[in-house]
Amino acid sequence: MAVQDGDMVVKARGLNHWFGEGEARKQALFDINLSLPRGSLTVLMGPSGSGKTTLLTLLGCLRTVQDGSVLLAGTELFDASEAKLTKLRQRLGFIFQSHNLHESLTALQNVMMGVQVHNGVPDDLAKRAGARALDLVGLSDRLHYLPGNLSGGQKQRVAVARALVGNPEMVLADEPTAALDKDSAADVVDLLKRLGAARNTTTLLVTHDNRILDRADSILTLEDGRIVSVSGG
Amino acid sequence: MRRLLQWIFGRIPIGWLQLTHKRGRFMAALAGVAFANVLVFVQLGIMNSMSTATLRPYEFFRADIMISASDANAMTEGGNVARQWMLQAFADPDITDGLGLFVGKAAWDRGERDITFTTFGIDPGRPEFLAPIITSEIGLLQVHDVAVVDRLARGLSPEEAAAIRPHTPLSFETQGRTLTALGTFAGGGGFGGDGYMLVSDQTFLSLFATRSSSAPDHILLHVRPGVDVADVVQRLRGLISDTTVRIRSYADAAQEELRYQQTQRPTGVIFGFGVLIGVLVGLVIVYQVLSADVADHMREYATFKAMGYGPQFFFGIVVEEALVLGILGFVPGLAFGTAILTFMAKVTTLPLAMTSSMAVMVFLGTVVFSIVSGAIATRRLTAADPADLF
Ligand SMILES: Nc1ncnc2c1ncn2[C@@H]1O[C@H](COP(=O)(O)OP(=O)(O)O)[C@@H](O)[C@H]1O
Ligand SMILES: [Mg+2]
Repeated sequence: MAVQDGDMVVKARGLNHWFGEGEARKQALFDINLSLPRGSLTVLMGPSGSGKTTLLTLLGCLRTVQDGSVLLAGTELFDASEAKLTKLRQRLGFIFQSHNLHESLTALQNVMMGVQVHNGVPDDLAKRAGARALDLVGLSDRLHYLPGNLSGGQKQRVAVARALVGNPEMVLADEPTAALDKDSAADVVDLLKRLGAARNTTTLLVTHDNRILDRADSILTLEDGRIVSVSGG
Repeated sequence: MRRLLQWIFGRIPIGWLQLTHKRGRFMAALAGVAFANVLVFVQLGIMNSMSTATLRPYEFFRADIMISASDANAMTEGGNVARQWMLQAFADPDITDGLGLFVGKAAWDRGERDITFTTFGIDPGRPEFLAPIITSEIGLLQVHDVAVVDRLARGLSPEEAAAIRPHTPLSFETQGRTLTALGTFAGGGGFGGDGYMLVSDQTFLSLFATRSSSAPDHILLHVRPGVDVADVVQRLRGLISDTTVRIRSYADAAQEELRYQQTQRPTGVIFGFGVLIGVLVGLVIVYQVLSADVADHMREYATFKAMGYGPQFFFGIVVEEALVLGILGFVPGLAFGTAILTFMAKVTTLPLAMTSSMAVMVFLGTVVFSIVSGAIATRRLTAADPADLF
């Protein structure tokens, strides 16, 4: 199926990225070109240190684009103002390996934060949406638990609920199951797969988990900051 | 508190939740803020007591203009002025009345501890120059060697003071003479003496043999009602062009003495520094508390930033935390500060007290500076990419 340009949620052209200054300056990404069609599930693979996190954070407005172009939902990220980036981030959902949840907020409150970022959402509405999202990830009996009283797998499911509750255009997940045991990891991957498909969410997932590969629309492999293979799609 | 904050900010009260999440640290933060408040309260109290004590004697008299010696930086300091200047002043048609005021220090020998009275000598036939708190007693001074003493004087017990009445007089030795106290008034111990005493000008001259009736310490003048005092002062300065006297409105004289006590005298300067240091230490504590809290939650804030929360959101959390710490730290701070000042007042008999303006100032200062500290601490958050904060 030919995908039209307008259906690309993300388009990166000639993207380079460096870390450090002067002598210590080191290039982490080299001439990255990629497009993520709306509703697609893309898996990003590659050895540790190959630049996966760097690429994901650049595409998700979490890092300033130094060189090249990233079009996110039709907006150029290169040289974009902080206010514009903040607005764009509200249309994305993130799941990280850890540090996802605010430790002094309950599961429900954490998820509500994903709704209330959209100004003017009344409290009871956010509460209902949060409870529904937690129900979808199978945590309806843990609404008022603090993260400290949840298992690692449960915490990541809360993070999934929070990432999805605002109906984002794209979900970015960076090794969300790396810190989990086998069963919990399977749960989280299943959820991302199932909920993403049901909502037609564009998903970019950094993972080594094979179970999701069969569902992926494309698999990008990075090595030393370069895309070395694109499969599927 | 929680509901109030939720209502104010229209969102989950994150500041409150994260402050109270760690009880121990929250208590420590509150103790820090309370301590900063107490520190500033005590220093301000001391500073204030000095201005209250300095202005106190000015409240005993009613005058519009005061003529003093040029070296009289304080009511109780400096040389005397020739009574002839009073007559000269009467040449001005707006001057209606004048009185010579004598000032000296007389120690009442009480054995183990003397009471030093700042003693004022005045013409007992001129009650119009005295404040209402004293006028009722002035008639007593018509009799020679009679005194009206300060019932709040340091070293004089309240029972002892209360017993001083015209029919139960108290006689005491001072300046080699025996005075009889027939009445009392509310003065109060200051930094320069233990209390005040009023005698007639005749009694004063016999207590202080070297003083002369033609040279009082100050000349108090009344002007015609409705006349601009500053204008009259200007005219008098032209009329009495003698460099050994200073002519000021009575109110200016009080303010000038206050300024002098606060900026020229060692005690005043020390108290000023006390306030400065108290405020600085208080600011450091508050800054420490707020910035440590922001640093503790940097990763969580980074997640919020990644989710699309902007600078106003983080500033809101800081304001919320500043309010929580400011209010909850203020309550014990005020209680302890009041207790300490009350205790110090009792021990020193200085006019040390908590005032509402102090309370308001310290509270607002705490909240405002907490907000500033938090805002400074969140600057890194606002400036950095979320990816660099995890
Ligand atoms: N904040 C940083 N400062 C300096 N170098 C970094 C930083 N983040 C990543 N790098 C470097 O960039 C390269 C890619 O890192 P990263 O994107 O984290 O790889 P991956 O996620 O694939 O493990 C690595 O060589 C890493 O050392
Ligand atoms: Mg990584």
